Order: sequence, then structure tokens, then C-alpha cells
Amino acid sequence: MTDAIPAWAGEIAPDDLHEICRQVRDGGGRLVALWGSDARPRGFMLHVVLVNETGMVCLNVLLSADQPAYPDISQIFPAASRMQRAAYDLLGLRAQDAPDQRKWLRHAAWASDSFPLRKDFDAAANRTQEADAYPFVQVEGQGVHEIPVGPVHAGIIEPGHFRFSVIGERVLRLEERLGYTHKGIEKRFESMSLQQGAKLAGRVSGDSTVAYAWAYAMAAESIAGVTPPSRALWLRALLLERERVANHLGDLGYLGNDVALAFGFAQFWMLKEQVLRNNATLFGHRYLMDKIVPGGVTVSLDAGGKRVIEEECAMLEREVGILRGIYEEHAGVQDRFIGTGRVEPKLAAQLGLCGMAGRASAQAWDARVQFATAPYDKLDVRMATYRNGDVAARVIVRFDELFESLRLQREILTNLIHEEDAPALLEKLPANGFGIGMVEGWRGEVMVAIHTDAEGKLGRVHPHDPSWQNWPLLEHAIIDNIVPDFPLINKSFNLSYSGQDL
Amino acid sequence: MYQILKQIIKTGIKTETPPQADEAMRLIEQRLQKEILDVFGGALAIRMVDAGSCNGCELEIHAVNNAYYNIEGLGIKFVASPRHADLLLVTGPVSRHMEEALKRTYDATPEPKLVVAIGDCGCDGGIFSPDNGGENYATCGKVSNVIPVDVAVSGCPPTPVAILQGILTAVSAKK
Repeated sequence: MTDAIPAWAGEIAPDDLHEICRQVRDGGGRLVALWGSDARPRGFMLHVVLVNETGMVCLNVLLSADQPAYPDISQIFPAASRMQRAAYDLLGLRAQDAPDQRKWLRHAAWASDSFPLRKDFDAAANRTQEADAYPFVQVEGQGVHEIPVGPVHAGIIEPGHFRFSVIGERVLRLEERLGYTHKGIEKRFESMSLQQGAKLAGRVSGDSTVAYAWAYAMAAESIAGVTPPSRALWLRALLLERERVANHLGDLGYLGNDVALAFGFAQFWMLKEQVLRNNATLFGHRYLMDKIVPGGVTVSLDAGGKRVIEEECAMLEREVGILRGIYEEHAGVQDRFIGTGRVEPKLAAQLGLCGMAGRASAQAWDARVQFATAPYDKLDVRMATYRNGDVAARVIVRFDELFESLRLQREILTNLIHEEDAPALLEKLPANGFGIGMVEGWRGEVMVAIHTDAEGKLGRVHPHDPSWQNWPLLEHAIIDNIVPDFPLINKSFNLSYSGQDL
Repeated sequence: MYQILKQIIKTGIKTETPPQADEAMRLIEQRLQKEILDVFGGALAIRMVDAGSCNGCELEIHAVNNAYYNIEGLGIKFVASPRHADLLLVTGPVSRHMEEALKRTYDATPEPKLVVAIGDCGCDGGIFSPDNGGENYATCGKVSNVIPVDVAVSGCPPTPVAILQGILTAVSAKK
């Protein structure tokens, strides 16, 4: 199918996990996601998704029902560490010999020996009143002190805790503690119908609602073996590029703001507002929530609407061009951007930095290019990559991708010619199915996996945000920078809390 | 510098007329006297707390600061600490992991204080909760399950105009 990623899925024995992971890594492949599911009475299942240039591999590893454990793969893919810790918190699957066995998504909402994603979990019986304790790594030495920040941050931003170890202004170490917005999304899916689940998928991370809704729909459609009408696919791509434009505009404004150029915030947010207003007029929602559903889309676009988007693209190209010139010529801005928060390409490759931030550190990977599913197979996306890996590089990548998204939108409009019948929405999936959808959102690759149960209901849904991969790199990017540059570096990544906390 | 000035002049003033207060958004009776509200109304300091949202509401709270809605033009400012704040703007659903932090933020805010809950999840737990206002193993549901709420603004996410209206309602005296 042209609308799905080439994927191989198969069951392997726990003992083969290491060997396969090592081979994929040595061949230049990466870890996308790792999660577990409750397949008792057979046992528990560990699911590991890897990608390389040729496609995607989903390894399903059957674990014992009594003592579910598997060999640690964080030594091969460091990005696996937090995912393995989460798989323990939620399902009790233990990564044997993993160097870090601390809890990750669990704080104190449920008892340490109970696991919410097990089918027999009893929420009421496992409520705890214990205080949350977490052993942060301590940095010792003369003059070292700690700055704890959060979970409630100083700005309008999601909650999380950052523990800085500093000498004077210089940061020696940053340790993140996330999981504050954990709201049981994966458990919630299990009580929903397929179409209700689409709404929830669109709220895993509100700024990436299009990417999640599309990935969810793609997973469902691959289980059902249906291909949405081509017009629906073109419209999905149009919405995805509009989401990318809106987010990049907002972040470019804030990046100006964070280096004391309030002018940048004012200008970029006026442009963003105009995009959002056009979204509301043309599609009925400023952030395009609930517009992509399994089977198709719930929006249309007429000739008048196309004109609005064409005019908007022309306006943005002109205005963003002017603002880019101003940013590039502003000595104060460039002084703060260049060299700040660097992630070297080598480290990025080692730790698996992905998405927009990855491309700013020479990780030439974009699902729209490598796995160009319809309609991207007809669009020939030009990937933006830079080697410097600093705030300046992430700003340049955003500018480049923004202009590319404007070009793509225009090209999509020329392909939106045939008016077709409304697509048949998917209401029900086949029993015991498994499907994966992956979409290059503005932040990076968003993946959604769906397992259906014996009745074809949502047995297990796992949404995966690229922030899982990228949060650990932020800890590296800040090393040796000064504390006041942290907000700038953080914003240049702009990672999702809700998307990884689930 | 010339380019910046040229762009500012070309842009002109975009700010639109703010909305009126809407009594329908009020959950509990106005607790503050008109004299205090007059002071609040002229210079309100807001501390925003994300108590577990999907980040959708935050996007619109950011937008309230853009030139079209220009909340600072009304004398309303977002501040970095609850100790500086008159009003808490809270998005939900309140996750159990944020319950304690939200309570502490509320306690750190000096009296007299106001709370505005933002978004469907803040109002009734939204899509993340099994039933309206309901709880699950990870969330406490709506904001008013955890701290007292004066005004609730529904929407997923609520528009910037609705958010502005909610804030203005919280600081208006009953007509």
C-alpha cells in the first residue's frame, strides 16, 4: 500500500533481541519506540520498533506471565532507557541488567508493585498516599550547587522538573524528571471506540494534533487493509504542513523573545494568528483537531478556500523572508544563537536525536523523505539539514522547513482537483490485528501502534512522541552553557511533556 | 534597526476590542468587593499552571499575548511566580502527579486570589476522564476537584477571546 510504511512484524525469542538490535544499529538503523502489552494467558509482550533506510521492523517478544523480563537494550540504543523504565512502571516488564532501574512515569499515584496497563489493574485498590521520592544523581565537588526548577515553570509551559548542578553560572549537569502530566492516556484508549480514540489520539500532544490523528488513522487503516481516497490523503498532508507552519512561526517568535527581541515575538505571532484564523474559517478549528479520522478526513476545501491558502502562503513567504533577514543581521540575536546548546552530530547519532532537532545536528532523517507514504511520494520533500547542532542551526532548519512547507502546500493545492464522494469512515477493525502509523510531525516522527483484541476493539494503543528520543539530548545540549541560556536552548528544541508523559 | 522600524510602522496597530465579561462562566459567587476588583481590573497579575493538559490550551493562552488580543494592553500580565500573582489560570485535567504542586501553588498565591479553570478538561475532566468530572488512576479530573475555582472557560481549546472573557469575568463585579 502506498499510504503505509514498509514494515515487517514478527515474533522473536528474548535471546534474539540483542543480536537483531545490534545488527540494525550497525547498519545505521535507529530505535523508534518500545512498549509492552498484556497478552495473558499467553504472557506479556514487549514490542520494539526499529527503522533503517529500507523500512521498519517491529519485534514482538513474548515474555513469561509470572516473571516478565527481557535483556536490556539501552546499551545498544541509549534512547531505550526511559522507554524501558516506563514499560516497567506501566506493565511490570523488567529490563534485566539495565544500568538505570529507577521509576520514570510513575511518581506516587499508584503503588510500585501494581501496573496500570495490566488488564486486571484495580485503580481504587492501588491508590497510594506515599510521598514521591526520586534519587537524582548528585554532583559533588567544591563550589557545586543545585538549582531545582519546576514542576511549575516560570512561563506558560508544560510541567516538568529540571535539576541543574552548577558552578557559578556554568551548568555541569542537568537531570530531567518528567511524568508530571501522566494522565493515563493509554489506559483510556482501551475503553474507547475506534472513532473516539481518534479524538484522544489528537490530544496526546495538542500542538501535534494533526500528526497524531494521522498516525492513528494510518495504523487503523493498515489493520483494516483500506486505503483512504486520494483526496483525503492530499488534505491530510495539507493539514500536516499547516500544523508545521503554525508551530515553527510560534517558536521562531519565542526564540526572538528569549534573546530579548520582543519585536520577533510580536511579528511572528501575528503571522501565526493569521494562519490559525484561516484554519478556523476553512476547516472549523484553529489547531485542526478532529479533522483526520480513520478512513478519511472530515474537511473539504473549495476554490475559494484554495485562494485563501494561496494568498496566505504568498504573504508568509514575503513577511517571513523580511523577518529572517532581520534575525540574521541582528548582532545581538546571532550572538546568543550561535554556539549555544550544541549537540555534535556524533553524539546526536549515538543517542538517536531525531526530527527537526536531529536534522540540525546532521541526522538526515525525515519520514516524508525516507518513507514517503502517499501523498508525499508525489511531493519530493526537500530535507533541511545542518551540521552545527546549536540554537542557530535549529533556527535555520525551522526557517527552511517553513518555506518548504509553503511550497508543499501550493503543490498540494494543485493536486486537489477531483471532488470525490465522502470517504467511508472506519467504524470497526478486524480482531487480533496490529498496525503502525508513522508521520513526520513538525517536531519529528510521531508513531501510533494499535493492537485490536479478540472482538476487534482497541486492546492496546501506544502513541510515541519524538520527544522520548530528544529529551535526553537536551541534558547534553546545556552542559557548559550558562543557566540563563537554558530557556533559549529548551525552546529551540521545544519538546513535548504531555506527549512523553502520556 | 531601520528594517525593524520599517516593519513596525508597516504593521501598525492590530489590537482588537476586548470581549465583555460573561456571568455564565462563573461557578461561585464573586467573593471580592468592587473596590478590590477595581484595583485588580487595572493591573492583574496571572500565574499560569499547567496541571496536566495536552498543551492545546497553552497554545491559546500564548495567543492571548499576541498583538490581536494584547492582554498586556489591558493591564494584565503573566508573572513567573504564584507569590506575585492575583489570579491562577489552570489547565487540566489535574494529573495525580500535579495535584500536590497545584495545591502548593494555590497556597503560595497571596489572598485575595482568584482561580480560572481553562478548557474542557479543566472544567469537567474532558476526554481524559471516564465520566464528566471523573477521576481515573492517573487524574483527579476537573480543577475544582483540587482547588476552589471562580470561573470556568470551556472549549477544546477555548479561543483566545473566550480565555480573555473568562479572565475579565473573574475580575468583574456582578451587575
